[in-house]
Amino acid sequence: MSGFDHDHRDEDRGVSRRKVLECMTWAGTGVLWTVTGGVPRSLGMVGSAQAAESPGMTFLQISDSHVGFDKPANPNALGTLEEAIGKINAMPAKPAFMIHTGDITHLSKAAEFDNAERIISQAKLDVHYVPGEHDLIDEEVKLYKERYGRGTRGAGWYSFDAGGVHFIGLVNVVDLKAGGLGNLGAEQLAWLENDLKGRSKSTPIVLFAHIPLWTVYPTWGWGTEDSGRALEYVKGFGSVTVLNGHIHQVMQKVEGNVTFHTARSTAFPQPAPGTAPSPGPMKVEDARLRSLLGIASVNFKQGQERLAIIDTPLHG
Amino acid sequence: MSTINRRDFGIAVAAAMLLPATAARAEGMEVHIDNFVFQPAQLNVKLGTTVTWTNRDDIPHTVVCAGKFRSKTMDTDDSFSFTFTAAGDYKYFCSLHPHMTGMIRVE
Repeated sequence: MSGFDHDHRDEDRGVSRRKVLECMTWAGTGVLWTVTGGVPRSLGMVGSAQAAESPGMTFLQISDSHVGFDKPANPNALGTLEEAIGKINAMPAKPAFMIHTGDITHLSKAAEFDNAERIISQAKLDVHYVPGEHDLIDEEVKLYKERYGRGTRGAGWYSFDAGGVHFIGLVNVVDLKAGGLGNLGAEQLAWLENDLKGRSKSTPIVLFAHIPLWTVYPTWGWGTEDSGRALEYVKGFGSVTVLNGHIHQVMQKVEGNVTFHTARSTAFPQPAPGTAPSPGPMKVEDARLRSLLGIASVNFKQGQERLAIIDTPLHG
Repeated sequence: MSTINRRDFGIAVAAAMLLPATAARAEGMEVHIDNFVFQPAQLNVKLGTTVTWTNRDDIPHTVVCAGKFRSKTMDTDDSFSFTFTAAGDYKYFCSLHPHMTGMIRVE
Protein backbone atom coordinates (compact mmCIF):
# COMPACT_ATOMS: atom_id res chain seq x y z
CA MET A 1 0.00 0.00 0.00
CA SER A 2 2.87 2.39 -0.55
CA GLY A 3 1.82 5.80 -1.77
CA PHE A 4 -1.60 5.33 -0.17
CA ASP A 5 -3.08 8.80 -0.15
CA HIS A 6 -5.21 9.52 2.91
CA ASP A 7 -6.56 12.74 1.54
CA HIS A 8 -7.84 12.23 -1.93
CA ARG A 9 -9.60 8.94 -2.05
CA ASP A 10 -13.32 9.27 -2.22
CA GLU A 11 -14.45 5.84 -3.29
CA ASP A 12 -16.40 5.39 -0.10
CA ARG A 13 -18.44 8.51 -0.52
CA GLY A 14 -21.55 6.43 -1.08
CA VAL A 15 -21.20 4.56 2.19
CA SER A 16 -23.03 6.05 5.12
CA ARG A 17 -21.15 6.58 8.35
CA ARG A 18 -23.46 4.19 10.14
CA LYS A 19 -22.69 1.51 7.60
CA VAL A 20 -18.98 2.08 7.91
CA LEU A 21 -19.16 2.01 11.70
CA GLU A 22 -20.98 -1.31 11.46
CA CYS A 23 -18.29 -2.69 9.21
CA MET A 24 -15.59 -1.43 11.47
CA THR A 25 -17.15 -2.87 14.59
CA TRP A 26 -18.43 -6.15 13.31
CA ALA A 27 -15.96 -7.22 10.69
CA GLY A 28 -13.11 -6.42 13.04
CA THR A 29 -11.03 -5.17 10.16
CA GLY A 30 -8.81 -2.13 10.13
CA VAL A 31 -10.45 1.01 8.81
CA LEU A 32 -8.67 4.18 7.97
CA TRP A 33 -10.32 7.34 9.15
CA THR A 34 -9.57 10.90 8.34
CA VAL A 35 -11.17 13.72 10.23
CA THR A 36 -11.89 16.92 8.36
CA GLY A 37 -13.80 19.73 9.95
CA GLY A 38 -14.91 17.40 12.71
CA VAL A 39 -16.51 14.91 10.33
CA PRO A 40 -14.74 11.59 9.98
CA ARG A 41 -14.71 9.91 6.64
CA SER A 42 -13.77 6.34 6.10
CA LEU A 43 -11.19 5.89 3.43
CA GLY A 44 -11.61 2.19 3.12
CA MET A 45 -10.38 -0.97 4.66
CA VAL A 46 -6.68 -0.69 5.20
CA GLY A 47 -5.57 -4.27 5.31
CA SER A 48 -1.83 -3.96 5.59
CA ALA A 49 -1.81 -0.19 5.05
CA GLN A 50 0.55 1.72 7.27
CA ALA A 51 0.35 5.30 8.38
CA ALA A 52 4.06 5.51 7.86
CA GLU A 53 3.88 6.96 4.37
CA SER A 54 1.89 9.96 5.59
CA PRO A 55 3.72 13.09 6.46
CA GLY A 56 3.11 14.60 9.87
CA MET A 57 3.28 13.08 13.31
CA THR A 58 2.09 9.56 13.97
CA PHE A 59 1.61 8.14 17.41
CA LEU A 60 0.23 4.81 18.54
CA GLN A 61 -2.41 3.76 20.98
CA ILE A 62 -2.41 0.38 22.65
CA SER A 63 -4.80 -0.60 25.40
CA ASP A 64 -6.01 -3.27 27.77
CA SER A 65 -3.00 -5.59 27.69
CA HIS A 66 -4.29 -7.40 30.82
CA VAL A 67 -0.93 -9.06 31.37
CA GLY A 68 -1.58 -12.00 33.70
CA PHE A 69 -4.94 -12.87 32.16
CA ASP A 70 -4.99 -16.61 31.38
CA LYS A 71 -8.67 -17.51 31.09
CA PRO A 72 -10.28 -19.30 28.09
CA ALA A 73 -10.92 -16.03 26.17
CA ASN A 74 -7.12 -15.84 25.73
CA PRO A 75 -4.83 -18.11 27.77
CA ASN A 76 -1.77 -16.13 26.65
CA ALA A 77 -2.41 -12.40 26.95
CA LEU A 78 1.33 -11.75 27.22
CA GLY A 79 1.83 -13.51 23.89
CA THR A 80 -0.73 -11.38 22.05
CA LEU A 81 0.80 -8.23 23.57
CA GLU A 82 4.12 -9.39 22.17
CA GLU A 83 2.48 -9.85 18.76
CA ALA A 84 1.11 -6.31 18.95
CA ILE A 85 4.55 -4.94 19.75
CA GLY A 86 5.94 -6.99 16.88
CA LYS A 87 3.45 -5.30 14.58
CA ILE A 88 4.61 -1.91 15.80
CA ASN A 89 8.25 -2.83 15.26
CA ALA A 90 7.44 -3.93 11.72
CA MET A 91 6.12 -0.48 10.78
CA PRO A 92 8.33 1.02 8.08
CA ALA A 93 8.57 4.37 9.88
CA LYS A 94 8.86 4.75 13.61
CA PRO A 95 5.90 6.45 15.31
CA ALA A 96 6.74 9.43 17.54
CA PHE A 97 5.60 7.71 20.73
CA MET A 98 2.92 5.48 22.19
CA ILE A 99 0.06 5.96 24.59
CA HIS A 100 -1.35 3.10 26.66
CA THR A 101 -4.91 3.65 27.80
CA GLY A 102 -4.81 1.38 30.82
CA ASP A 103 -5.33 -2.12 32.14
CA ILE A 104 -1.68 -2.84 31.53
CA THR A 105 -2.03 -5.73 33.98
CA HIS A 106 -4.90 -7.94 35.00
CA LEU A 107 -4.37 -8.01 38.78
CA SER A 108 -1.73 -5.31 39.49
CA LYS A 109 0.88 -7.89 40.48
CA ALA A 110 4.51 -6.80 40.41
CA ALA A 111 5.38 -9.69 38.06
CA GLU A 112 2.59 -8.62 35.69
CA PHE A 113 3.91 -5.04 35.57
CA ASP A 114 7.43 -6.41 35.03
CA ASN A 115 6.32 -8.67 32.18
CA ALA A 116 4.35 -5.87 30.53
CA GLU A 117 7.36 -3.55 30.74
CA ARG A 118 9.68 -6.22 29.34
CA ILE A 119 7.48 -6.64 26.25
CA ILE A 120 6.34 -3.05 25.68
CA SER A 121 9.87 -1.68 26.01
CA GLN A 122 10.81 -3.76 22.96
CA ALA A 123 9.02 -1.12 20.85
CA LYS A 124 11.74 1.33 21.94
CA LEU A 125 9.22 4.16 22.11
CA ASP A 126 8.32 6.62 24.82
CA VAL A 127 5.08 5.38 26.36
CA HIS A 128 2.57 7.65 28.06
CA TYR A 129 0.31 5.65 30.35
CA VAL A 130 -2.95 6.18 32.15
CA PRO A 131 -4.17 3.52 34.59
CA GLY A 132 -7.15 1.23 34.18
CA GLU A 133 -9.03 -0.15 37.18
CA HIS A 134 -6.98 -3.37 36.88
CA ASP A 135 -3.75 -1.42 37.48
CA LEU A 136 -4.74 -0.11 40.91
CA ILE A 137 -5.81 -3.26 42.79
CA ASP A 138 -2.61 -4.18 44.64
CA GLU A 139 -3.03 -4.03 48.42
CA GLU A 140 -1.25 -0.72 48.87
CA VAL A 141 -2.21 0.71 45.47
CA LYS A 142 1.37 1.78 44.85
CA LEU A 143 2.82 -0.31 42.02
CA TYR A 144 1.33 1.68 39.14
CA LYS A 145 2.37 5.03 40.63
CA GLU A 146 5.87 3.79 41.42
CA ARG A 147 6.35 2.81 37.81
CA TYR A 148 4.38 5.35 35.83
CA GLY A 149 3.38 8.12 38.20
CA ARG A 150 6.50 10.26 37.98
CA GLY A 151 5.63 13.86 37.18
CA THR A 152 1.89 13.25 37.37
CA ARG A 153 -0.73 14.81 39.62
CA GLY A 154 -3.32 13.21 41.88
CA ALA A 155 -4.05 9.65 40.87
CA GLY A 156 -1.77 10.01 37.83
CA TRP A 157 -3.08 12.70 35.45
CA TYR A 158 -0.79 14.94 33.38
CA SER A 159 -0.41 16.74 30.08
CA PHE A 160 2.34 17.17 27.51
CA ASP A 161 2.89 18.66 24.07
CA ALA A 162 4.11 16.81 20.99
CA GLY A 163 4.08 17.72 17.33
CA GLY A 164 1.92 20.78 17.93
CA VAL A 165 -0.77 18.75 19.71
CA HIS A 166 -1.62 19.11 23.39
CA PHE A 167 -2.09 15.69 25.03
CA ILE A 168 -3.92 15.24 28.31
CA GLY A 169 -3.90 11.91 30.17
CA LEU A 170 -6.81 11.60 32.60
CA VAL A 171 -7.62 9.06 35.32
CA ASN A 172 -11.27 8.01 35.60
CA VAL A 173 -10.92 4.72 37.48
CA VAL A 174 -10.49 5.83 41.11
CA ASP A 175 -12.93 6.76 43.83
CA LEU A 176 -15.83 5.21 41.94
CA LYS A 177 -19.26 5.62 43.53
CA ALA A 178 -21.77 2.83 44.10
CA GLY A 179 -24.20 2.62 41.21
CA GLY A 180 -22.11 5.03 39.14
CA LEU A 181 -19.78 5.02 36.16
CA GLY A 182 -16.17 6.15 35.67
CA ASN A 183 -15.20 9.21 37.67
CA LEU A 184 -12.81 12.14 37.17
CA GLY A 185 -13.54 14.03 40.37
CA ALA A 186 -13.49 17.71 41.31
CA GLU A 187 -9.72 17.99 41.85
CA GLN A 188 -8.84 16.59 38.43
CA LEU A 189 -11.52 18.67 36.69
CA ALA A 190 -10.17 21.85 38.29
CA TRP A 191 -6.67 20.91 37.14
CA LEU A 192 -7.97 20.25 33.61
CA GLU A 193 -9.75 23.60 33.42
CA ASN A 194 -6.55 25.31 34.49
CA ASP A 195 -4.40 23.26 32.12
CA LEU A 196 -6.49 24.42 29.15
CA LYS A 197 -6.81 28.03 30.25
CA GLY A 198 -5.04 30.51 27.98
CA ARG A 199 -4.18 27.86 25.42
CA SER A 200 -4.73 28.82 21.78
CA LYS A 201 -8.05 27.47 20.54
CA SER A 202 -6.34 26.32 17.37
CA THR A 203 -4.22 23.85 19.35
CA PRO A 204 -5.42 20.32 18.57
CA ILE A 205 -6.30 18.54 21.81
CA VAL A 206 -6.06 14.83 22.52
CA LEU A 207 -7.72 13.63 25.71
CA PHE A 208 -6.99 10.04 26.71
CA ALA A 209 -8.31 7.99 29.61
CA HIS A 210 -9.17 4.37 30.30
CA ILE A 211 -12.97 4.32 30.55
CA PRO A 212 -14.80 6.03 27.66
CA LEU A 213 -15.41 9.73 28.28
CA TRP A 214 -18.73 9.38 26.49
CA THR A 215 -21.66 7.22 27.46
CA VAL A 216 -21.34 4.02 25.47
CA TYR A 217 -23.55 1.75 27.59
CA PRO A 218 -24.29 2.71 31.20
CA THR A 219 -25.89 -0.67 31.96
CA TRP A 220 -22.39 -2.10 31.77
CA GLY A 221 -20.74 0.93 33.34
CA TRP A 222 -19.28 2.07 30.01
CA GLY A 223 -19.16 5.80 30.52
CA THR A 224 -17.83 8.48 32.86
CA GLU A 225 -20.10 10.18 35.36
CA ASP A 226 -18.62 13.68 35.13
CA SER A 227 -17.08 13.63 31.64
CA GLY A 228 -19.55 16.32 30.55
CA ARG A 229 -17.61 18.83 32.63
CA ALA A 230 -14.33 17.87 30.97
CA LEU A 231 -15.90 18.20 27.53
CA GLU A 232 -17.18 21.67 28.37
CA TYR A 233 -13.60 22.81 28.94
CA VAL A 234 -12.55 21.70 25.43
CA LYS A 235 -15.62 23.12 23.70
CA GLY A 236 -13.94 26.13 22.11
CA PHE A 237 -11.07 24.15 20.61
CA GLY A 238 -11.11 23.48 16.89
CA SER A 239 -10.00 19.88 17.04
CA VAL A 240 -10.53 17.51 19.94
CA THR A 241 -9.85 13.78 19.84
CA VAL A 242 -10.80 11.55 22.77
CA LEU A 243 -9.06 8.17 22.95
CA ASN A 244 -10.21 5.49 25.37
CA GLY A 245 -9.97 1.75 26.02
CA HIS A 246 -11.82 -0.41 28.58
CA ILE A 247 -14.49 -1.81 26.25
CA HIS A 248 -12.10 -3.96 24.16
CA GLN A 249 -13.62 -3.05 20.79
CA VAL A 250 -13.55 -0.21 18.31
CA MET A 251 -16.30 2.38 18.63
CA GLN A 252 -16.44 5.89 17.31
CA LYS A 253 -18.71 8.87 17.72
CA VAL A 254 -18.49 12.46 16.56
CA GLU A 255 -20.08 15.38 18.34
CA GLY A 256 -19.31 18.74 16.77
CA ASN A 257 -15.56 19.28 17.00
CA VAL A 258 -15.00 16.21 19.17
CA THR A 259 -14.17 12.75 17.86
CA PHE A 260 -14.47 9.92 20.37
CA HIS A 261 -12.68 6.68 19.67
CA THR A 262 -12.05 3.48 21.62
CA ALA A 263 -9.27 1.02 20.85
CA ARG A 264 -9.17 -2.74 20.74
CA SER A 265 -7.51 -4.68 23.53
CA THR A 266 -4.34 -6.66 22.93
CA ALA A 267 -5.66 -9.38 25.27
CA PHE A 268 -9.29 -10.41 24.74
CA PRO A 269 -12.44 -9.08 23.07
CA GLN A 270 -15.58 -8.03 24.91
CA PRO A 271 -19.10 -8.24 23.47
CA ALA A 272 -20.88 -5.37 21.75
CA PRO A 273 -23.20 -3.51 24.15
CA GLY A 274 -26.22 -5.55 25.14
CA THR A 275 -25.34 -8.59 23.01
CA ALA A 276 -24.32 -10.78 25.96
CA PRO A 277 -25.41 -11.22 29.59
CA SER A 278 -22.34 -9.28 30.77
CA PRO A 279 -19.33 -7.33 29.51
CA GLY A 280 -17.00 -10.17 30.54
CA PRO A 281 -14.30 -11.63 28.28
CA MET A 282 -15.77 -12.98 25.05
CA LYS A 283 -14.59 -16.43 23.99
CA VAL A 284 -14.39 -16.74 20.22
CA GLU A 285 -12.92 -19.52 18.15
CA ASP A 286 -9.12 -19.40 18.11
CA ALA A 287 -8.94 -18.52 14.42
CA ARG A 288 -10.98 -15.36 15.03
CA LEU A 289 -9.28 -14.08 18.17
CA ARG A 290 -6.55 -12.04 16.51
CA SER A 291 -9.02 -10.28 14.25
CA LEU A 292 -10.61 -8.81 17.39
CA LEU A 293 -7.37 -7.70 19.07
CA GLY A 294 -5.17 -4.90 17.82
CA ILE A 295 -3.59 -1.49 17.97
CA ALA A 296 -4.46 1.98 16.69
CA SER A 297 -2.19 4.48 15.03
CA VAL A 298 -3.10 8.15 14.89
CA ASN A 299 -1.70 10.57 12.37
CA PHE A 300 -1.75 14.34 12.73
CA LYS A 301 -0.81 16.70 9.94
CA GLN A 302 0.40 20.09 11.05
CA GLY A 303 -1.83 22.95 9.97
CA GLN A 304 -4.67 20.75 8.81
CA GLU A 305 -6.27 20.08 12.17
CA ARG A 306 -7.07 16.52 11.42
CA LEU A 307 -6.22 13.30 13.12
CA ALA A 308 -6.55 10.15 11.10
CA ILE A 309 -7.04 7.01 13.14
CA ILE A 310 -6.17 3.59 11.78
CA ASP A 311 -7.24 0.54 13.73
CA THR A 312 -5.20 -2.47 12.82
CA PRO A 313 -6.11 -5.94 14.07
CA LEU A 314 -3.33 -8.35 14.98
CA HIS A 315 -4.49 -10.53 12.13
CA GLY A 316 -7.16 -10.66 9.43
CA MET B 1 -25.46 -39.09 66.02
CA SER B 2 -25.54 -42.69 64.87
CA THR B 3 -27.88 -43.65 67.67
CA ILE B 4 -30.13 -40.61 67.53
CA ASN B 5 -33.70 -41.49 68.44
CA ARG B 6 -36.90 -40.09 67.01
CA ARG B 7 -37.46 -37.69 69.96
CA ASP B 8 -33.98 -36.17 69.81
CA PHE B 9 -34.27 -35.82 66.07
CA GLY B 10 -37.53 -33.92 66.58
CA ILE B 11 -35.81 -31.56 69.03
CA ALA B 12 -32.97 -31.04 66.58
CA VAL B 13 -35.43 -30.15 63.83
CA ALA B 14 -37.26 -27.72 66.16
CA ALA B 15 -33.95 -26.11 67.12
CA ALA B 16 -33.06 -25.77 63.47
CA MET B 17 -36.38 -24.05 62.85
CA LEU B 18 -35.73 -21.60 65.68
CA LEU B 19 -32.32 -20.74 64.30
CA PRO B 20 -32.85 -20.62 60.58
CA ALA B 21 -29.85 -18.41 59.94
CA THR B 22 -27.50 -20.90 61.55
CA ALA B 23 -29.14 -23.87 59.94
CA ALA B 24 -29.23 -22.33 56.50
CA ARG B 25 -25.74 -20.92 56.63
CA ALA B 26 -24.15 -23.71 54.68
CA GLU B 27 -26.28 -23.30 51.59
CA GLY B 28 -28.21 -20.05 51.96
CA MET B 29 -25.87 -17.34 53.19
CA GLU B 30 -23.85 -17.04 50.09
CA VAL B 31 -23.73 -14.44 47.38
CA HIS B 32 -22.36 -15.39 44.01
CA ILE B 33 -20.95 -13.05 41.44
CA ASP B 34 -21.94 -14.20 37.97
CA ASN B 35 -21.91 -12.06 34.84
CA PHE B 36 -21.13 -8.87 36.79
CA VAL B 37 -24.19 -9.37 39.03
CA PHE B 38 -24.46 -10.09 42.77
CA GLN B 39 -26.88 -12.98 43.24
CA PRO B 40 -29.09 -12.61 45.13
CA ALA B 41 -29.03 -8.83 44.86
CA GLN B 42 -30.64 -8.63 48.29
CA LEU B 43 -30.13 -11.16 51.04
CA ASN B 44 -31.97 -11.09 54.38
CA VAL B 45 -30.09 -12.64 57.29
CA LYS B 46 -30.28 -12.88 61.08
CA LEU B 47 -27.86 -11.12 63.38
CA GLY B 48 -24.56 -12.96 63.72
CA THR B 49 -24.71 -14.51 60.26
CA THR B 50 -21.59 -14.88 58.17
CA VAL B 51 -22.12 -14.13 54.51
CA THR B 52 -19.67 -15.39 51.91
CA TRP B 53 -19.27 -13.82 48.47
CA THR B 54 -17.68 -15.90 45.69
CA ASN B 55 -16.53 -14.55 42.35
CA ARG B 56 -17.41 -16.87 39.48
CA ASP B 57 -16.48 -14.42 36.71
CA ASP B 58 -13.30 -14.41 34.62
CA ILE B 59 -12.78 -10.82 35.77
CA PRO B 60 -11.80 -9.72 39.29
CA HIS B 61 -14.37 -8.02 41.52
CA THR B 62 -14.53 -6.52 45.00
CA VAL B 63 -17.20 -6.22 47.68
CA VAL B 64 -17.21 -2.82 49.39
CA CYS B 65 -19.60 -1.37 51.95
CA ALA B 66 -18.40 2.10 52.89
CA GLY B 67 -17.14 2.20 56.46
CA LYS B 68 -18.24 -1.41 57.15
CA PHE B 69 -16.31 -3.91 55.11
CA ARG B 70 -14.04 -4.10 52.09
CA SER B 71 -12.78 -7.26 50.44
CA LYS B 72 -9.45 -7.66 48.75
CA THR B 73 -9.67 -7.97 45.00
CA MET B 74 -11.22 -11.37 44.31
CA ASP B 75 -9.96 -13.19 41.27
CA THR B 76 -11.92 -16.08 39.75
CA ASP B 77 -13.27 -18.44 42.46
CA ASP B 78 -11.90 -16.30 45.31
CA SER B 79 -14.20 -15.70 48.29
CA PHE B 80 -14.70 -13.09 50.95
CA SER B 81 -16.66 -13.50 54.21
CA PHE B 82 -18.07 -11.02 56.68
CA THR B 83 -19.99 -11.65 59.91
CA PHE B 84 -22.82 -9.21 60.60
CA THR B 85 -22.99 -8.26 64.28
CA ALA B 86 -25.34 -5.28 64.00
CA ALA B 87 -28.78 -5.00 62.46
CA GLY B 88 -29.38 -2.77 59.49
CA ASP B 89 -29.28 -2.49 55.72
CA TYR B 90 -25.79 -2.92 54.29
CA LYS B 91 -25.63 -1.59 50.76
CA TYR B 92 -22.46 -2.65 49.00
CA PHE B 93 -20.91 -2.50 45.52
CA CYS B 94 -17.93 -3.58 43.44
CA SER B 95 -15.38 -0.76 43.53
CA LEU B 96 -14.04 -1.85 40.12
CA HIS B 97 -17.45 -2.03 38.44
CA PRO B 98 -19.60 0.33 40.47
CA HIS B 99 -22.76 -0.45 38.51
CA MET B 100 -22.68 -3.76 40.41
CA THR B 101 -24.61 -3.22 43.65
CA GLY B 102 -26.21 -5.40 46.31
CA MET B 103 -27.63 -5.30 49.82
CA ILE B 104 -27.57 -7.45 52.95
CA ARG B 105 -30.48 -6.81 55.34
CA VAL B 106 -29.58 -7.90 58.88
CA GLU B 107 -32.57 -8.40 61.20
